[in-house]
Amino acid sequence: MPPLLEIDRVSKAFDGVQANVEVSFAVHEGEILGLIGPNGAGKTSLFNSISGEVTPDAGEIRFEGQPISGLGPVACARLGIARTFQVVRSFDSMTVLENVMVGAFARASSARAAMTAAEQVLAFTGLGARVDTAAYLLTPPEKRRLEIARALATNPRLLLLDEMLTGLTPAEAQAGVQLIREIRAQGVTIIMVEHVMEVLLPLVERAVVLNLGRVLTEGRPQEIVRDPAVIKAYLGDRYAAA
Amino acid sequence: MMVMRSLAAALPAAPVRDNSILRRRRHELFVAGVVLVVLALLPLATHDVYFQNLIILTILFAGLAQAWNILGGYCGQISLGHALYFGIGGYVSTLLFVRAGVPPTFGMVAGGMVGALAALLVGWPCFRLSGHYYAIATVVVGEIGYLLFLNWDFVGGASGVYVPFTGHSLINLQFRVSKLPWHYVALGFAAIAWLTAFLVEGSRWSYSWRAIKDDVIAARSLGVRVFPSKMAAAGISGFLTAMGGAIYAQYVGYIDPDSVMAGSLSILIALPAVLGGVGTLWGPLIGSAVLIPLSELSRSYLGGSGSGVDLMLYGALITGVALARPQGLVSLIGVKRRSGGGDAPAA
Ligand SMILES: Nc1ncnc2c1ncn2[C@@H]1O[C@H](COP(=O)(O)OP(=O)(O)OP(=O)(O)O)[C@@H](O)[C@H]1O
Ligand SMILES: [Mg+2]
Repeated sequence: MPPLLEIDRVSKAFDGVQANVEVSFAVHEGEILGLIGPNGAGKTSLFNSISGEVTPDAGEIRFEGQPISGLGPVACARLGIARTFQVVRSFDSMTVLENVMVGAFARASSARAAMTAAEQVLAFTGLGARVDTAAYLLTPPEKRRLEIARALATNPRLLLLDEMLTGLTPAEAQAGVQLIREIRAQGVTIIMVEHVMEVLLPLVERAVVLNLGRVLTEGRPQEIVRDPAVIKAYLGDRYAAA
Repeated sequence: MMVMRSLAAALPAAPVRDNSILRRRRHELFVAGVVLVVLALLPLATHDVYFQNLIILTILFAGLAQAWNILGGYCGQISLGHALYFGIGGYVSTLLFVRAGVPPTFGMVAGGMVGALAALLVGWPCFRLSGHYYAIATVVVGEIGYLLFLNWDFVGGASGVYVPFTGHSLINLQFRVSKLPWHYVALGFAAIAWLTAFLVEGSRWSYSWRAIKDDVIAARSLGVRVFPSKMAAAGISGFLTAMGGAIYAQYVGYIDPDSVMAGSLSILIALPAVLGGVGTLWGPLIGSAVLIPLSELSRSYLGGSGSGVDLMLYGALITGVALARPQGLVSLIGVKRRSGGGDAPAA
C-alpha cells in the first residue's frame, strides 16, 4: 500500500523567495505527523501546495498514489484533503451551524443531510451549544474549533492543521490536543504545524523539520529536539529576530 | 466516509434538532402565507382600473425583482442587463402565439427556457470577470440585445408585434373585461418567484454563494465550486425573468424593443431589490411596493416616461436609502438581512 500522501521533491518560489526547495517526505495512513520549523521555513506554503491552493513549481504530490499537484483546492477537498488556516477564516455572516454546513455540502446530497452531518460534527468538536451563534461572536479557541469542525464536515482522509493550538492558554491547548487525538481515532490522518513544542511532543509519532524551505531532518520528536542542527536553526532564527 | 460512519455510530442517530435555520424558515413560510392572503384579497379594496393596473404592475415587478435578487442579491452578481431575458420571454411567447398559435401559458415556459439559456450564455464568459466588470459587461450585453431586436425584421423590428385578441381564454391569457384575472396571474408569478427564492435560500447553492462572498479561499478549501453555483443562479434568474416578460407582453398586448428591452427596464428590474434589501426574501416586494407606484405616479403627473423625472426620483430614493439604511428598507421592519444568527445582536 502506498503512503497516504507523498511529497516528492516539491519546490515553490514566490517572487524570488524560495518558500519550498525539493521537499520530500511521506505521510502514512492513521499517523499524526508534526511539521515544524522556524518562522518563514515554508510550512504554510507546503500546506498550500498539498491543499491545492497553489501549484508547486516543480516536484509532485501524490495522494493515495494519485498525482494531485495543480488540481486546485476544490478537487483536493473533494478527494479528501481538508485544512485549517493559520489566520482564522470564518464565514462571518453565518451562524456556526451554517459555517459547518458549507463543509458538509461537499458530501451531503441534500440540505437536510448537510444539516444533520453538521450537527453531528459540532457535537463531536464540542461546539454543540454554539450551533445558533453567529460565527463572529465566537472566542478565539472556539473559532479554531469551528475551522476544524468545518474541515471535518467534508469527511476528509487527511487533515492539515496550521498552528491551531498557537495562542491558546495551556488548558485550552490541552483540550485541543484531546480533540486532535479523538479525530485521529476516527481514522483521519493529520499533519500539524505547531510552534509549541510541549504540546506537540507527546502528540506526534514523527516530525519533519523545515528550515529555509528545505527538509532539515525528520524523525521521532524526542530525538529531533536534541538535534544540534535543529537547535541551531531555531536559535539562529531567534537571534535574528532579537 | 470514515468520520461520518464512526460518528454516526458514536452518537444516537438524532434527528435534526430545532435550530435558528429551521425556526427562521418556518417563520418566513408563515409570513408568506399571510402576505399571499392579503395580496389575494387586495382587489376587494378598489374597482378603479387605474389602481388595479398599478397593483398588478407592482406585484409583477415584485416577482421580477425577486428573480433578479436570486442572481444579484443571493449570488451577489450585479446584473444590469436583465431586460434582455425579460424581452426574450416576451418575444418568444408572443411570437409562438402569433405565428404558431401556441398558447402563452406554454409559451411562457418556452420563453423561460430560452431566457435561462441566454442567461447561461451571458454568464459563461461574464462570470470570469469580477465585480464591477461583470456589471458593466451585462449592460453591454443588454444593449446589444436591444439593438439586435430593433433591427431584426423577423421579430417585427422597431414597429414591434401586436397580440391579437382571440377571445376570452385562460390558457391563452386573454381576458375580456375585468383586470381581475391579471391580478391573479401576476400574483401567481410573484408567488412562484418567492417560493423559488425560498427554496434556493435553503439549498446548497445559497450556502456556496454566501461562503464565496464571506471568504472565497475558505470556501474553495471546503470544496465549494464557484463557477457552477453562479451558473445555477443565472439560469434560475433568467428563467423567472423571461417568464415575467412573457406575462407582461400578454398583459400589455404589444411589444417592441423599447417597451421590453430598454436599458431603463434593466434598472427598473434591479432597483426594487436594491431599495428593499438585496439577498432578502422580502426586499423585492417592499422595494417594488414603493418604486412602481412612484414610477407610475411620476409618469402620470410629471409627464410621460422619458422625461427622466422618474429616474431622478429613483436616484434620490436609492441615495437616501443607501445613506440611511444600507441594508435596504426591509431592515426597517425588523426582518433580518439574509440569515443572520439567532443569537446575533441586532447589529
Ligand atoms: N503568497 C505568497 N507571496 C509571497 N511570498 C510568500 C507567499 N507565501 C509565502 N511566502 C514567503 O515564503 C516563505 C515561507 O513562508 P511560509 O508562510 O510558508 O512560512 P511558515 O513556515 O508557515 O512561517 P510561520 O511559522 O511564520 O507561519 C516566507 O519568506 C514568505 O514570505
Ligand atoms: Mg505558517
